[in-house]
Amino acid sequence: MVELVSEKLLIASIVLAGFAGVPGLFRPRDGRAGERLFVGLMTLAGVCACLGAVGALALGWSNELAVTWLVPGGQLVIRVDAISAMFVLQIAVLAVLGAWYGLEYWPQRGHRDNGRKLRTFFGAVTAGMLLLVIARNAVLFLVGWEIMAASAFLLVSTEDEKPTAREVGFVYLLATRAGTLCLFAMFALLGAAGGSLSFDAWPRALASPLRDAIFVLGLCGFGLKAGLMPLHIWLPGAHANAPSHVSAVMSGVLIKTGIYGLVRLTASCELPPLWWGYALIGAGVVSGVLGVGFAIGQHDLKRLLAYHSVENIGIICLGLGVALLGRSLGRPGLVALGVAGALLHVWNHGLFKALLFLSAGSVLHATGTREIDRLGGLWRRMPRTGLAFLVGAVAICGLPPLNGLISELLVYLGLFRTGAEGGGPWMAVALAAPALALVGALAVACFVKVFGAVFLGNARTSDTERAHECGPTMWVPMAILGGTCAFIGLAAPLVARVLDVGVNAWAGAAATSPMPALNRIAPLVWVSATSAALLVAIALFGMRLARRARARAAAPEVGTWDCGYAAPTSRMQYTSSSFAELLVGLLAPALRPSQHSPRLAGPFPAPEGFHSHVPDTVLDRALRPSFSFVARLFGRLRPIQRGNVHLYLLYILGTLVVLLLWR
Amino acid sequence: MTVAYLHLAIHLALVFLLPPLSLGVINKTKALFAGRVGPPLLQPYYDMAKLFRKGTVLSQTTTWVFLAGPAVGLVTTILAALLIPLGGHHAPIAFDGDFVLFAYALGLGRFFTIAAALDTGSAFEGMGGAREATFSCLAEPAVFFGFLVLARASGSYSLSGMLGPTVATTWSSAGAALGAVVVSWFVVLLAENSRIPFDDPNTHLELTMIHEVMVLDHSGPPFGMILYGAAMKLFVFGAMVLGVAMPLGGMDPWASWGVFVAATLLLAIAIGVVESIMARLRLPQVPSLLVAACLISAFGAVLLVR
Repeated sequence: MVELVSEKLLIASIVLAGFAGVPGLFRPRDGRAGERLFVGLMTLAGVCACLGAVGALALGWSNELAVTWLVPGGQLVIRVDAISAMFVLQIAVLAVLGAWYGLEYWPQRGHRDNGRKLRTFFGAVTAGMLLLVIARNAVLFLVGWEIMAASAFLLVSTEDEKPTAREVGFVYLLATRAGTLCLFAMFALLGAAGGSLSFDAWPRALASPLRDAIFVLGLCGFGLKAGLMPLHIWLPGAHANAPSHVSAVMSGVLIKTGIYGLVRLTASCELPPLWWGYALIGAGVVSGVLGVGFAIGQHDLKRLLAYHSVENIGIICLGLGVALLGRSLGRPGLVALGVAGALLHVWNHGLFKALLFLSAGSVLHATGTREIDRLGGLWRRMPRTGLAFLVGAVAICGLPPLNGLISELLVYLGLFRTGAEGGGPWMAVALAAPALALVGALAVACFVKVFGAVFLGNARTSDTERAHECGPTMWVPMAILGGTCAFIGLAAPLVARVLDVGVNAWAGAAATSPMPALNRIAPLVWVSATSAALLVAIALFGMRLARRARARAAAPEVGTWDCGYAAPTSRMQYTSSSFAELLVGLLAPALRPSQHSPRLAGPFPAPEGFHSHVPDTVLDRALRPSFSFVARLFGRLRPIQRGNVHLYLLYILGTLVVLLLWR
Repeated sequence: MTVAYLHLAIHLALVFLLPPLSLGVINKTKALFAGRVGPPLLQPYYDMAKLFRKGTVLSQTTTWVFLAGPAVGLVTTILAALLIPLGGHHAPIAFDGDFVLFAYALGLGRFFTIAAALDTGSAFEGMGGAREATFSCLAEPAVFFGFLVLARASGSYSLSGMLGPTVATTWSSAGAALGAVVVSWFVVLLAENSRIPFDDPNTHLELTMIHEVMVLDHSGPPFGMILYGAAMKLFVFGAMVLGVAMPLGGMDPWASWGVFVAATLLLAIAIGVVESIMARLRLPQVPSLLVAACLISAFGAVLLVR
C-alpha cells in the first residue's frame, strides 16, 4: 500500500499535465491519436491533482516536501495547505473540462497547423499554474509563474497567422513582463528583509519597515496578472482572441494566480496597516464599476466577457480588503467573512466565467462570428448552449438561486459589518456596498442584453443559418459547470465547511482569537433554503402557466405585435448597441465612446451608416499614444545602431573603460 | 404560538389581497383630480380575474423564456413580500443579510422580465427593456445606501431589524438620516414601479413607455400575473418606505395592522396626487432625478459617519 501524500500526487499531476501534449508532437498531423492521448493524460493529471487537493483539505494528507536544489537561493519546497488546495482544485477541474471541450472545438483535423502547439502549451500552462500555487520558495514560484506566462502567450497567439492575435499576444507579453519585473523587485525586498527566499520568512519581512514597498510592488505585479482596473490592459484582447477553452482557463484560473499571490502575501502579514485594506477596497470598487461599464459598451461577445472578469476580480478584492481591515482592527468576524467571500468568489467566478466562455465558444463555433449584433434567435437552434449561457448569466449577476449570490452576500455582510460596527474612517469603507449594488445592477443590464441579443428574438443576419447544436464533448463540460454553480448556490452550508478551512489557513498563526465558523456568522442555511424554495416555486408556476397557455392558446400562429407595421424585418429588432446606448451615455466620462452618426441631408439622402465603438480608455487612449511618443523619442538613437559587429564591440569596450575609471 | 401564527396569517393575507386595492385607490384619486367618477375601487381585481379566464396569444418568435418572465417576476416579488416586515411586525422570513436576497430576488425578476421582452424580437419591447435596465441601475445604489443607514442606525443586518419593531428608537438617534432615506426611497418607489414622473402607466404611445411597453405582447393569464406582480411590487416598495416613515413598533400589535393598512392606502393617495399634479419627465432627465435620490440617501449615510 503506497502512502498517499498530497505533494507527491501534485508532482505527478504537474509532470503529467506538463507533458500531456508532447506525445502528440510525434504523431502525424492528421491523426486523432495525439489529441486523444492528450485528453487522457490531462484527465489523469486532473484526477491526481483533485485527489491531492481533497486529501489536503479534508483528510490531512499534506506533508511538506523539501529537496535540495542547486539553484542559488532556490530550494525545492512544496506544500499544499488549504489555500493552495482550493486553487489546485479549480485549476484541475477547469483544465480537464477545457481539454475535453477542445476535442470538438479545436480538433486536430480542422487545425492541422496549430492544434499540436495549442495542446502542448495548454498542458504546460496547467503545469505552471499548479506548480506556482504549491511552491514555497520565491525561485520555484517564479519558475511556475514564468512557465505559465510564456505558455499563455503562445496560447493567446495560437492563430499567429492573424495580425490581431499577434498584436494582443504582444500586449500580453509586455504586460506580463512588467508584472514579473514588479514581482522580482518584491521578492528581492522580501528576501532582503526576511533573510531567506523561502515563503516561511515572509512574516518576518512583512513586519519590517519595507512592508509598504513590498505591498505596493505585490499589488502591481499580481494586479497586472489579475487584471485590476488600470492594469487590465492585456486582458480584453487576449481573452477575446484566444481559442474559447483557453479563454475559459485564462479567465477562470490564470488571472486568479494573481489573486493567489495577493492572498498568500496578505496572509503572511500579521498586523497590516489600515491603508492596505483601504487600497484593496478602493481598487476593488474601481475595477468593479469600470469593468462592468466597459463590458456594456462592447460589441464582441468574448471581449465583453473579458471585461466582466475585471469586474469580478474587483469583487474578490473587496472581500480581501474587508479581511485585511478586519485583521488590522482585530475583528475575526470581518476576517472570516472577507476571506470566505473572496475565496468563494474565486471559485464561483472560475465556474460561471468558464461556463460563459465555453458557451460563447459554442456560439462562435456554430456561427463563425463573435459580433453580438450579427447574431439573434439562436435559442431555437442551440437550446443546450442557450441554457448554459442563461445559467452562467444568472450566476454571474449574483442572482438567486445560483452561486454568485453566496459569495456576494458574504462580501456584503462584511462591508455592512464594517460600516455598522466601526468608527468614522471605516464607515467610509462601507460606501463600497452601494457601489457593489451598482455593479450588480449593471451586470444584470449587461447580461440580459447579451442573452437577449444572441439567443432570443429573430436571427439578424444569415450567419446564424448554419448554426447547429454542439456535440457531447462540448456540452457535457458546460453541464458540469452549470450543475456546480447550482450546487454551490443550493448547498452553501456544505461549501461553508470547506471555506472555514480556507479561512483558518489564511488567519493562521496571526489569529489572536479562533475564527468563527462561517455557518454561525452568515445565514447560509437560510439563503440556500430560500433559493431552493424559489426555484421550486418558479418551476411550478412556469410549468402550470406553460401548460395552460398551450392548452388555451387562442391563435398559435401569429407574429409579434409591431403596431401594425406592414413589412417588419428582423433588422428592426433592438440591437445590443441600442440596448446599451443609455448606459454608455451615462458612463461616457469614463468610457469615452466614439460614435459615427449619420448625416442625412436633402429630400433623397444617400445611404448612411451608424457605428459606435468603446475603445479601452487606458490602453487605446493613454498607453498607446504615450508609447508611440517614447518610440519616436528613442528613434533618435537609431543612428548608433548600425548593425556592424565591430561598432558594438567598440561600445562594449568604451562602457568597460568608463566603468573601470568610475570605480 | 397561536398569536404568532395569526400574525403570519395576517401578513400573508395582506400580501396577497391588498396590492390591487392600492392601484384602485391611485386611479380613484387621479379621477377625482380630473373631475371624473373613475373606475370602481375594485376594478384592478376584476381586470385580473378577467385576464386569468382568457386565452393566451403567443408570438411564433417566442420561446419558453417569454412565459418564464411573468412566472419569475411574480414568484420573486412574492419572496420579496415575505422578507419585508409589515406594520412593525417581524417578517415571516428573516435572517442576517436578507436585504441582499431581497434586492437580488427582485433583480432576478427584472432579468427575466426584460428577457421575456427581448424574446419577442420587437423594437418597442427592447426599448422598454433597455430603459428598465438602465433606470434600475441608478435606483439600486439608492436602495443600498438606505440599507446602510438603517443597518448603522439599528445595528441589525436583517430587514426585520431595520424596518421592524425597533424603528421608533432608531428615529430618536438618527432622525435626519432616516428622513433622507424616506425621501430617497419614495423616489425609488416611483421609478421602480413605473409611476409618473418616470413613466406613465396610462399612456398609449409605446415609444414613451417603460414597463408597459415591455409587456406589450403578453396576454391572458401571463399578463394577469404581470399586473398582479406589478401591484405587489408597488405594495412591497410601499412597505419599505412606510417601514422607515411610520414607526409602529411601540403600538398595540393588532392596532398596528389597521394603521398599516390605512397608511398603505394613504401612500396610494399620495402617489395618485403626485401623478395628478406632475407631468412625466423627458426621458433624458430621468437619470438626474434618480442620481439625486441616490445622493440624498448617501447624505443620510454620511450623517452617520462619526
